[in-house]
Amino acid sequence: MSFQYRSEFDFHGGIHPPQHKQISNRTPLQPLPLPPRVIINLGQHAGQLAEPVVQVGQTVQRGEVIASAQGHLSANIHASISGVVSAIATQPIAHASGMGKPCIVIESDGQDRAIQLPAISEPLQQDRQTLLNRVLAAGIIGMGGAGFPSHVKLMPEVHHLIINAAECEPYITCDDALMQHYATDIISALLVGQYLTQASQLTIGIEDNKPEAIAALEQALQQRFGERENCPIRICVVPTKYPSGGEKQLIELITGKQVPSRQLPLSLGIIVHNVATLLAIYRAITMGEPVTERLMTITGNRALQPGNYWTRIGTPIDWILSQHCREQDPNQAVIVGGPMMGFRLPNHAVGTEKSTNCLIFPDQQELAQPTQSLPCIRCGVCAEACPASLLPQQLYWFARSENFSQAQEYNLFDCIECGACAYVCPSEIPLVHYYRFAKSEIKHQDAEKARAAEARKRHEFRELRLAREKAERAERHRKAAEARKQAAQQQGVTDEKKATIADAVARAKARKREQESK
Amino acid sequence: MLISSPHTRNPQPVNFVMRQVVLATIPGALVLSYFFGIGIILNLLTCTLVAIVSESVILKLRQRDWRQGLQDYSAVVTAILLGLALPPLAPWWIATLGTLFAIVFAKQLYGGLGYNPFNPAMAGYVLLLISFPLSMTTWLPPQSLMQHPLPLSDAIYLFFTGLDSHGNGLNYYLSNVDGFAMATPLDELKTGLGMGYRLPEIVKAPIFNGLANVGWQWVNLAFLLGGIYLLVRRVIQWHIPVAMIASMTLVAAVLYGFDSDQNIPPVVHLLSGATMLGAFFIATDPVSAATTVKGRLIFGAGIGLIVVIIRNYGGYPDAVAFAVLLLNMTAPLIDHYTRPAVYGTGEQA
Repeated sequence: MSFQYRSEFDFHGGIHPPQHKQISNRTPLQPLPLPPRVIINLGQHAGQLAEPVVQVGQTVQRGEVIASAQGHLSANIHASISGVVSAIATQPIAHASGMGKPCIVIESDGQDRAIQLPAISEPLQQDRQTLLNRVLAAGIIGMGGAGFPSHVKLMPEVHHLIINAAECEPYITCDDALMQHYATDIISALLVGQYLTQASQLTIGIEDNKPEAIAALEQALQQRFGERENCPIRICVVPTKYPSGGEKQLIELITGKQVPSRQLPLSLGIIVHNVATLLAIYRAITMGEPVTERLMTITGNRALQPGNYWTRIGTPIDWILSQHCREQDPNQAVIVGGPMMGFRLPNHAVGTEKSTNCLIFPDQQELAQPTQSLPCIRCGVCAEACPASLLPQQLYWFARSENFSQAQEYNLFDCIECGACAYVCPSEIPLVHYYRFAKSEIKHQDAEKARAAEARKRHEFRELRLAREKAERAERHRKAAEARKQAAQQQGVTDEKKATIADAVARAKARKREQESK
Repeated sequence: MLISSPHTRNPQPVNFVMRQVVLATIPGALVLSYFFGIGIILNLLTCTLVAIVSESVILKLRQRDWRQGLQDYSAVVTAILLGLALPPLAPWWIATLGTLFAIVFAKQLYGGLGYNPFNPAMAGYVLLLISFPLSMTTWLPPQSLMQHPLPLSDAIYLFFTGLDSHGNGLNYYLSNVDGFAMATPLDELKTGLGMGYRLPEIVKAPIFNGLANVGWQWVNLAFLLGGIYLLVRRVIQWHIPVAMIASMTLVAAVLYGFDSDQNIPPVVHLLSGATMLGAFFIATDPVSAATTVKGRLIFGAGIGLIVVIIRNYGGYPDAVAFAVLLLNMTAPLIDHYTRPAVYGTGEQA
């Protein structure tokens, strides 16, 4: 047992919320039954919407591309079941606001006929670009939550590839389950990842509350490499402290370095991939599987059989609720994601997404009830808990008073919205909500400002152009008048009247010329 | 009602924090009452009653939910901190006026809990000290040094009417064997030094028996005990009290080393007057204190420095209230200049 070591670094703040992981990590993995229909969001990744390539009424098979990536930052979308496309329209999506996005709805034919891409059996013998193309073709995006298209993230070469297996949110156990059941594949996947990124250092960051997963990875490494000396992979065991799985926090725990403010880990030569994403990449390459399903935790005190389920992308959450919830309560709360950063669904008739890692069906006592918050007493407990070393009490003050320039001065945009501050706040202020509000207002104002600046620039340019044209015209007239005067002098015309007439005729001619030239 | 992540929370709610503060003052209040009698309790009861009534009335006037306003216990904490600072058997209207000012002017007119720039209890105390200096500096001697025993009934008479049942005023109970009025150790020092005595001569007075003095040392140790309880329960953080005590010790030691005839020794500073009450209960009021870690260290140290300087050189025997208010004023400035390095902006980035 020698492939692991304990992290020797720490990050500021952090909290220890109750884990609730045992609710869902005791049962074997199972597939969720085939849903009667899927609602697939075409904008579930960061970047541009995918463009539909099927028509309503068309029959599709599982694994078929139904919408293709557009532009540099986007991802392919595949049918996750076989059946008939019944709608291509804006539908409510799994989002805190209940907003809509273009979706493709497929009615299942119950056959689950599937097509796959050709398997690439020896990935390490292939051209790097071939593998990246496969990742793009398979529609892989970050499955830890951010939904960033993976082929873009894999393009630059780095020296350190970190696999995020911390899974620090309470309740969620799907990454834990993946590691316990697919440890060998994950190790192979990591070597493919190494080949793709050209990284010399490979680290799996995992919280110490997952001893079975750590043991499974250890065993897989042992089988594959035998000796520690031959193995390029290290397992860095980090303490169980939320949010150790935040990208920046995990980097600090593993390397002791901080990603410079408002920059990417790339600036340190580091790239972080979620363990589920890595496995999806591996399966897309070696088995030709596009992303049509993912392992998802269904948990909470009201979950009928809590556990981890292979769930087709786009499975309607109200359908899952009807099968997996103890009580058929129309007001049943559903949390998508973990209790710290997830959101409560305003509308259950939405599909799951590639980054939906957990559904929580809580009972009424289980989660915090919204309460009337008290004024901030500036106790500073939030600042103690903040993993970004911000001053949440000050940011709250600035956000509340809409003093956005001060909020930015206090590094509002370094807030990762982990919710540690709100978790500990004695006045129970929904702090994260204030920060989201301030951030969106600032972004909105900046966009407005940029638009205004653009308009002003256009206006100024127009003014400049008009002034220039006027000056040019005046110059032309002056020159013409001079020419006329000279001509008159040469002809010896001295009569005032004649001269005036000649002048007028010449002007009229000039005007006519001008009009003709236009 | 707003539903926003996180969906799980585990706070120490404000009213829990406030109740813990009240609880932690009990040892100090008991020791004070042991040495100075029922007057302490009368002050505490009066202040609490006035605070609750005035807080509810003004919340009602401000069209707030007055029941909820009372549930946070912050008015009770203000009342108790002020009550503990008032001289025993000062007339009842002293406690009433001070509390009214603290709650109505220093707290609610600024916007209530969370919005007051000054510590309300200390604002009330300073108002009283400046307006009624005589009443506010007339402390009973510890009961062991009292020439005339003061029965409970007479104490209550004195509190409400200014005279006991025999028609004696408070001064009757203040005088020592020689007929001179006794005072607190810090008063004694200030008066003695003012009259040209050297420190070693002044501390021969019976009130300076023991480690530092009679009575007050135990009062301070009892508040220290309560303060340690608050630290252990993580209701307050260590920065302000530790910085304040450390700076008082350091400054007092340097001054005492410089001239031991004129300057109060550090141990007398630490165990006299409102030192420990101030360090753990008053300076730690989060609303009016600095809020960054470094800022709290500066805030605490600043209070300690000003307390020693005023006690040694100023016109008032004690100075915790002044020092706290002065540093309250500087808290926003301190916070501005002591912001921690945000992730990704410091040396590790």
